[in-house]
Order: sequence, then structure tokens, then C-alpha cells
Amino acid sequence: MKINKTQKRILIILIVLCLLTPIGILLPVFFNAGDAWGEWSAETMKDLIGYIPEGLMKYSDTWKAPVPDYTVNSEDASVVHQSGYYIVSGIMGASISYIVMLLFSKLIAKNGK
Amino acid sequence: MHIPDGYLSPQTYIPLAAAFVTVTAIAVKKVKKEISVKNIPYLGMAAAFSFIIMMFNLPIPGGTTGHAVGSAVIAIILGPWTATVAVSVALIIQALIFGDGGITAIGANCFNMAIFMPFVAFYIFKLFNANSLNKKRVFFSSFLSGYISLVLAAVLTAVEFGVQPLIATDPDGKALYCPYDLSISIPAMAIEHLILFGIAEGIITALIVRYFLKNEPGIIHSIQKGVANENK
Repeated sequence: MKINKTQKRILIILIVLCLLTPIGILLPVFFNAGDAWGEWSAETMKDLIGYIPEGLMKYSDTWKAPVPDYTVNSEDASVVHQSGYYIVSGIMGASISYIVMLLFSKLIAKNGK
Repeated sequence: MHIPDGYLSPQTYIPLAAAFVTVTAIAVKKVKKEISVKNIPYLGMAAAFSFIIMMFNLPIPGGTTGHAVGSAVIAIILGPWTATVAVSVALIIQALIFGDGGITAIGANCFNMAIFMPFVAFYIFKLFNANSLNKKRVFFSSFLSGYISLVLAAVLTAVEFGVQPLIATDPDGKALYCPYDLSISIPAMAIEHLILFGIAEGIITALIVRYFLKNEPGIIHSIQKGVANENK
């Protein structure tokens, strides 16, 4: 697959963005900001309203993601380690998204012609 | 804006999943028709960009966090149907591998961020830009497209959260799913997106569209007609 100059530049920008992702965990820590609205864990919900809604309790463990919250160890308090996990998650997720979308596009482009 | 498992009742997430599947099936057909082989790398990059930009959590000091989605810029440059497919790919991978957004809520999350948002973004851009190639106008229209589409997608998400107490409570009146009603969810989500996250979406949309206008104006889906008319 040939890629042109603009495409090459954008790929480089995407790689740089992957390396900058720790900003996404450092800024919230620095400004003392917590979860996104509506994305609290069942335990946090109990602190907020005094109980865990039944459906939330039932469904919240529906799926065990292999890399939950973009980290391999949420207990690890080291900011440097968490930044590392976050970068690796970013590279992994962006690469998989890229490859899946690329293969899918090639497949439908081929079938369409 | 990634709704987790357990916040939406089946009465909410099943219809949204059905809507997502239906619209995505149409999107795939449209993309198949529109796709040009030389743009295929951009489609992959669009999915990767959406994935990565959502990792940049921005803080409301002392409050919540949120992020841009990237749907607006993808809708403007590659078209809303392509944005639907690309952002859905990113959202599904986030849910499956990273637990960001629930499995039962995949349809709802894709509906909000990968269908509603890019279409709103696309039409807002068209409305303000009207096929213009004027740099300032394109920049301004792109900003508004990103800003308004993210805010409206957040409000739609807030509506899905906020109707839960109305449709699903136990006999004691306790919520079964999201416990906050519309009077709390809408202001909470609208304000944080109006004052911060929407601005972030607007700025990245405007900057990237400007970059494409300078380097590869021919591929910009939403002003292609403008380019074609100029050549007449």
C-alpha cells in the first residue's frame, strides 16, 4: 500500500499523540478531577447515593476486559508506571483500530469493484 | 461519555443497539460506494485518531473529566458515513479490550458518538460553511461543528441516563440503573461539555480541517462540491 506525504505526516502525528497520552491521566490528577459523569464504579455509586442500584450491581461485571481502564495494574501508585501502561495501551488500541479499519476498508473496496 | 454496563435498562440499550446495527449496515453500504482506494489509509488513521484522542482526559478542576471524540473532523473530511464506521471501530475496541464503555451499552455509545455526533457535525459544518473555501470561514465552521456536535451528543447521552429513573425503579422507588434523572443529568453533562470538552473538540476539528484544506483540499468530503464548482 502506497501512502502519500500527507498520510505519512499524519501517521507520525498519531504516533506522537500516542506518546503524549499520559497528559490524559496527569492533568486530571493535577487538577484533582475524578471520574467522568455517569461512569462511576458500583462502589463509588454507593458513596454517592448510599446504595448500589440493583441493575448496576447485576450488570456492572458483565464483561471482564483484558486491560481494564488502560492499565495492567490499577493498584500501582507510581505515576511513571501508570504513564507507561497508558502509552502502551494507546499504541495497542490505536494500532488495532488502524488495522481493523484498514482491513475492513480494503475488504469492502475489493468487493465493491 | 462512555456509558458503562448497568447504567441503562434493557428497554433503553436494546433499541439503541438495534438502531446502531441498522444504521451501521447502511453506513457500510454507503462507504463501499464512496470509498476511493487512495484514501483507505486515511480511514485507518481516522479510527486510530478517534481512539487516541479519547484517551486525552481533560479535567474540570475539582470535578469530572471528559474528552474530545474526533467524530466531527472525520465527518467533515471523510464524510459522516465513514465517521460512523471508523468511530464505531474505536468504540468497540475500547469496550472489548479496555472496558471503557459497557458491553451492553456498545449500541448506545456508538449511536451517540459514532452516528448522532458525526451527522450533527456534518450538517452544522455544511450549514455554516456552505461549500466555501475561504480559510477563515472553514476554520470557524469547523470549530462550531466540533463544539456543537459534542455538546449535543453529551445532551443525548444525558437524556439516556436521565430517563432511567422514570422507567426503571424497584417497588421502594429506588433506581435500578442510573439513579439521576433528567434535571440532574442534562445540566451536568451539558455544562461540562459547553465550558471545556466541546471547546477541545472544536479546536482539534478546526486545526485538522485547516491542515487538510492547505495540504489536500480535494479529499475534504463536505466541501468537495465547492472544489468541483470552482473547477467548472
